[in-house]
Amino acid sequence: MAVDHLKPGLAKPSPAERAAAATSARNGWLLSAPALVILALAAIGPLIIMLVYSFLTPGPSGNVEWQFSTKGWTGIVYAKDIFDDTYKLVDAHMTIFWRSIKLSLITTVLTFLVGFPTAWFIATQPPRARAFWLFLITIPFWTNLLIRTFAVNQIIRNEGLLNTLLLKIGVIVEPLRMTYTDTAVLIGMVYVYLPLMVLPLFAALDRFDLRLLEAGYDLYASRWQVLTRVILPIVKPGIVAGSILVFVPALGAYVIPRVLGGGKQMMVGNFIELQFGQGKNWPLGAAISMLLLIVVTIALVYYTRAVSGGKRDV
Amino acid sequence: MSQVYAVQARNTVKAFGQGDAAVRALDDVSVDIRRGEFFTLLGPSGCGKTTLLRLIAGFEMPTSGTILLEGQDITTLPPNKRAVNTVFQSYALFPHLTVAQNIGFGLQMQGRPRPEINATVDRMLALVKLEAMAHRKTSQLSGGQQQRVALARALAPQPKVLLLDEPLSALDAKLRREMQIELKRLQTETGITFVFVTHDQEEALTMSDRIGVMSAGKLQQVGPPREIYTRPVNRFVASFIGETNFLPATRDGAHLRLSGGYKVDLPAGCTVAEGADVTVTIRPEQVRVGDALDSGAIAAKITSLVYIGTDTHCHMLTDNSTQIVARLQSAATGEADFATGQRVGLRFAPGAAQVLAD
Repeated sequence: MAVDHLKPGLAKPSPAERAAAATSARNGWLLSAPALVILALAAIGPLIIMLVYSFLTPGPSGNVEWQFSTKGWTGIVYAKDIFDDTYKLVDAHMTIFWRSIKLSLITTVLTFLVGFPTAWFIATQPPRARAFWLFLITIPFWTNLLIRTFAVNQIIRNEGLLNTLLLKIGVIVEPLRMTYTDTAVLIGMVYVYLPLMVLPLFAALDRFDLRLLEAGYDLYASRWQVLTRVILPIVKPGIVAGSILVFVPALGAYVIPRVLGGGKQMMVGNFIELQFGQGKNWPLGAAISMLLLIVVTIALVYYTRAVSGGKRDV
Repeated sequence: MSQVYAVQARNTVKAFGQGDAAVRALDDVSVDIRRGEFFTLLGPSGCGKTTLLRLIAGFEMPTSGTILLEGQDITTLPPNKRAVNTVFQSYALFPHLTVAQNIGFGLQMQGRPRPEINATVDRMLALVKLEAMAHRKTSQLSGGQQQRVALARALAPQPKVLLLDEPLSALDAKLRREMQIELKRLQTETGITFVFVTHDQEEALTMSDRIGVMSAGKLQQVGPPREIYTRPVNRFVASFIGETNFLPATRDGAHLRLSGGYKVDLPAGCTVAEGADVTVTIRPEQVRVGDALDSGAIAAKITSLVYIGTDTHCHMLTDNSTQIVARLQSAATGEADFATGQRVGLRFAPGAAQVLAD
């Protein structure tokens, strides 16, 4: 990040100016107070509650008992074996984490591969047509996520639209079994999160100066080189923004793996829900939530650095 | 075919649109651009000059006709396969690269070895006097500096022809004049053929070895600046390059008789038939304004005087209602020699009259 230095030669502020600045800063705080209160209550408050709960002891029928314990956190990785009382790595948890990260990453890559040509197409349309295509992209947001997810299920199930079509045209001889698999979850996530990739990519490509393409071709770059050496580096902020917008909610996805994974192909979101529900282990659920938050924060910081930095020497 | 010509366009036609709605941006244009010359395509906007440039660069394919580069047919080659580089009107510098990386881009894409790229980039930076800016991002440069980066970037791969698409139009007047001299210097130093597109006739006259004047998709006249200015072939060229007067005339033996009876010598090589009516053009600086009592002169009356510093433009109306402008050098004392409404007698400098084809 670039640090702004005070310009040399700029006069130092007089006491009166400094007082005025202090007053305007005070007024600024006062004016933003309502927003700050809402932020404290709605965002920071629940986080503190979760953090506290993650260090407490699970109650017998859910909830927590006010007794300090680190079992919520250690329970993510280790659990006492019910037969010989030794502590063992919880494979099931690892599987769930790994699946979440894997599916979220694949979703991000797939939405980019589908979303980039889409965004490029829209960005190179005349302004009127552009508004129309963007409107189409936003249409799915008008329908509830749960309903859309069930609709996907209708399409991909054994007797669904996709299988019927493929059988009819003779591509396959028996229906592809997709329901309640990772593939089903993946299809659902790509479908649901695609607009979140397309919109920031469009915003970046919309600002892209198409004349740079001619400059690239003119300077002996092939079509592929124009893509990789000119377009992609310039629209990188859009790619990073889209990737974050897809990866972060995908990692915490709940409805999609629940409906399309049939409760068998669990992701972190479902696992957390399980701890607060049937599992009756609120501290564990709280700890995993916090862990997810930490992972996402690290990813965000890393990406932000990647975008704003990039100061390279020749 | 020897390599006398860098670029040749043969009967090139470029039509945009389909069928009856098609617009011919280029209408059967043929031009030979010599190796190592500074050739300018001059014309008003929409005359087809940029289209011709884009055909040479390869951004557009001609509807018909061929483009030759040093005798080789390159009509269908894509831009990245042509040893031709362009300086764009908008500069089109890569915002994600430094000045040095911008300049080295073409060489890198050609797969030249790293040491060679570095050496060439350094040489180019010195050529355009931007050594100190090598590691800046292009957005941190002024317009004039960006212009020089664009030039260096296009020159670095040592193209056979450098195309310049109105590269000076975004600069202010003073910087533009500096860059005109700079461009001419670069062209002389590198010996690369420059094809320069502009709508600014002064720019064309000061820099070019030869000028091609275009209008309505056609090449009107090709020649050195002096020839274009003093011997325009038609009304368009005469009026587009500088100011001029148009006067009706009739061939009368070895003379042209202007309306009002004033006679000028028939220009050499003029093939107008005896008694035929023609239009002649006379530049304002070739009009001599004198005493009204001069019996052989054309009688006229001054309608307005416009003082522009070095010169005074004197607008007159002859007794048979032809408008004539004269450009008079302003007197050192600042005193006006003439007054509006004054009656004067006009004469033309010998050889000033030029017969137009239409």
